Amino acid sequence: MERILAQAKKAAEEAEVFKISSEETQVRFEANRLKQLQTKQQTSIALRIIKQGKTGYATTTNIDNGRELVNNALETAEFGTVAGFTLPGLTEYPAVDIFDDAVNSVSIKEMIGLGEEMIAAVTGHTPETVCEAVVHRGVITVSIINSRGGQADYRKSFFSLDIEGSLIEEMDMLFVGDSESSCHPIEDPKKVTNLVLQQLDLAKKRATAPSKQMPIVFTPNGMASAMIMPLMSAFNGKTVLEGASPIGSKQGQLVFDRKLHLHDDPTISYRPGSRPCDDEGVASQRTALVEEGIVANFLYDLQTAALAGKQSTGNGSRGRGSLPSPAPSAFIIAPGDTTFDDMIKDIKEGLVIDYLMGASQGNILGGDFSGNVLLGYKVENGEIVGRVKDTMVSGNIYQVLKEITAIGSEARWVGSSLQIPHIYCPSISVASKG
Amino acid sequence: MSEIEAAARDLAEELKKHDADYLEARLEESQSSHITYRGKELDSIGRSAAAGGNVRALVRGGWGFTSFNSFDELSGRIAQAVEQAKSAGSGESSLAPVEPSVDEVPAGIDRNPVTIPLAEKKKLLDEYNDIIWNTPQIQTSTIGYSDSRKKVVFLNSSGSHITQERADVNLRLAAIAAKDGEVQQVGLSLGSRGDFNAIQGLHQKIGEMSGHAVEMLSAPQAKGGEYTVVLDPVLAGVFVHEAFGHLSESDFVYENERLKDIMTLGKQFGGKHLNIVDSAAVPGLRGSYKYDDEGVPAVKTYLIREGELVGRLHSRETAARMNEKPTGNARAINYGYPPIVRMTNTYIEPGETSFEEMIADIKEGIYAKNWYGGTTSMEMFTFSAGEAYMIRNGKIAEALRPVMLTGNVFNTLKNIDAIGNDLDMNEGGGCGKGEQSPLPVSNGSPHIRIQKCLVGGS
Repeated sequence: MERILAQAKKAAEEAEVFKISSEETQVRFEANRLKQLQTKQQTSIALRIIKQGKTGYATTTNIDNGRELVNNALETAEFGTVAGFTLPGLTEYPAVDIFDDAVNSVSIKEMIGLGEEMIAAVTGHTPETVCEAVVHRGVITVSIINSRGGQADYRKSFFSLDIEGSLIEEMDMLFVGDSESSCHPIEDPKKVTNLVLQQLDLAKKRATAPSKQMPIVFTPNGMASAMIMPLMSAFNGKTVLEGASPIGSKQGQLVFDRKLHLHDDPTISYRPGSRPCDDEGVASQRTALVEEGIVANFLYDLQTAALAGKQSTGNGSRGRGSLPSPAPSAFIIAPGDTTFDDMIKDIKEGLVIDYLMGASQGNILGGDFSGNVLLGYKVENGEIVGRVKDTMVSGNIYQVLKEITAIGSEARWVGSSLQIPHIYCPSISVASKG
Repeated sequence: MSEIEAAARDLAEELKKHDADYLEARLEESQSSHITYRGKELDSIGRSAAAGGNVRALVRGGWGFTSFNSFDELSGRIAQAVEQAKSAGSGESSLAPVEPSVDEVPAGIDRNPVTIPLAEKKKLLDEYNDIIWNTPQIQTSTIGYSDSRKKVVFLNSSGSHITQERADVNLRLAAIAAKDGEVQQVGLSLGSRGDFNAIQGLHQKIGEMSGHAVEMLSAPQAKGGEYTVVLDPVLAGVFVHEAFGHLSESDFVYENERLKDIMTLGKQFGGKHLNIVDSAAVPGLRGSYKYDDEGVPAVKTYLIREGELVGRLHSRETAARMNEKPTGNARAINYGYPPIVRMTNTYIEPGETSFEEMIADIKEGIYAKNWYGGTTSMEMFTFSAGEAYMIRNGKIAEALRPVMLTGNVFNTLKNIDAIGNDLDMNEGGGCGKGEQSPLPVSNGSPHIRIQKCLVGGS
């Protein structure tokens, strides 16, 4: 890396080398049986330079290709964007715990055991269920060095469990599933399977939904499938800078219900979305996005912040080495004070949405969401009475989240980087074949 | 000799020495470039080079798969994959027999899109962006251009040694209009199997796209409910891919007895006018190839013929387990992933109805055009149209906000009551399945009419 930096410094004013390596192991089950063991070793090296004030960029998978990497970056710098930012010098980073050596010592046999345990729990409950399961572990190493003396190195471990079940009767299909992730090994798969068993129980009976406006409770998984994409887009500093975020000009204004609090936090211990610094070497920080319904801030990387006249919030994200772009590390909606059971008791006629399929295909920028209720239940007189199908739910987050009846008292991690409670909305459009 | 060719020579003999029912290796090197714009300004421009490979082993029905960037210690990688397969396997291996092939397949392009100077690519994109920005009330735009060229060497323990090259070009544009806190966008996406000319000369189309984004700011939203819906070839192509194509992928079916019952060959799924095909053997499209990632030659597969289910898409394993012929549909997005059953170029064959005849007797319906996205759960599908219009008394009427359509696959196929005479293939799509996305595919169809389709709305 130092050699590439030295070569690049000869040809350009500023340079930064970003390297990400990972070693992963997956145990995969198909149709309730062990199917495949998989290992993956992967390295990417990205070079970003500033030459005559413009950004150049190239990537490679081969660290010995330094010269070609520098030449490619130089070619692109001719056309690159004007760099408005300064690379960070040597920075002190917060201590964020994200590595647990125990992940490496989980044996293949133990991983197979976890998968078998998940499948046995689900098929023990409903024998006709056909399950796919994945047990995944790995270690990621990130290194950044730049021409201003900036330097960051960290190691992160991760472990995840994933199960999806399908239940087919005649021409009727039911899909259930859940996942969990951590930087620690996960020893008890019950948290995942208990939710799946609950889904199977609730979906046993069928119910019908009328076509009209009605109250809806979104579960954490339901929120993730319906409303998180438009929210992420709205708080992305780039969208704001372009004037394409509907809330871009509303910092400090009340846009959402007073009960809504939203923030990004990369410093939570042992969460796979956490890290001491972002992918540009800017220190991690907690960033409030919505406080009591008021728009507090947006997420920025260095370049976007420079163009917008703001500070980077340490949200420069580059995946496997692409150019940085603002992205959340962990998107967190604060819990409220109402239990899920109390929400249901409050509803005379309404729905619970656990998964809204295809909701993020619409006009995300404008805040629209519209999708098919792949997993959802009808509520009548304070009780869940059965699963609804052939039903579509449509809304706009700026209308729906403006008036929230209640926020759930328990927030749940969905995937590796979302933490969401139940959200109870008073009235949303439902179209159904009944 | 390139790095992967040297590695292939080392591996060819090694693969035959191991104690496995089957072994294969896939080695890949690629170059790519990309240019993106957000708003008036160029957002990102870059060049990438990547090389890597994998070894996959089958022992007693269990698979081991190991992928890597580093070409050191290749024999250790083979041993690792074999060990993994042994730990995973506890039954019988079965793979449909395929004659080993030794072949070299060139990319089939006159000009490598990756080596075209960035200046030339940028000039074209600047012209397009100017057209968008010259439209009044446009708030911003996004443009994403990417190209790639790759060489893949496939080897297996039965003696196959296939080198295939391919190139890919993809362009996506969106015009975003805004007024009084309302935001609307219209997009265009297209691509080709490496021919840069395919994305030139789009100036008029892009002008229309931008105008439509502005028009939608004042367009009403459809009222939610059931409608007679006419889909244009782009959207009907997404429909056939999402709603039926994924159901034809045998890896979902082969070990699921209940799904097998639903997908019994010979079952009637639609009217006599309905014919659905998947074919990587059609030359020159983004989903086209000579051999899939298991070294199986591509063929044209009828999925539905005259409304009847007659075929499905297979890997060697699913074909053997279902006692059917392999179709050459095992594909991987790159060396980091094992091949899984995927679509290639999927389309509805044209019928005889003209567009005018199709809408003539619709009193109130929706004409949905252009692609925004689509997904399926096998039974249920959703897809969203980038543009929509009311149909009133047999005529196209006012523009609507983008609509989302949804339904049950089996009922909807039966509800297709007219198929147009104007087949058109769309090459802008990328398909996602499991963790593998986006895979270059193409979809196509003539205009089609669907009765009683559920539309989301106010």
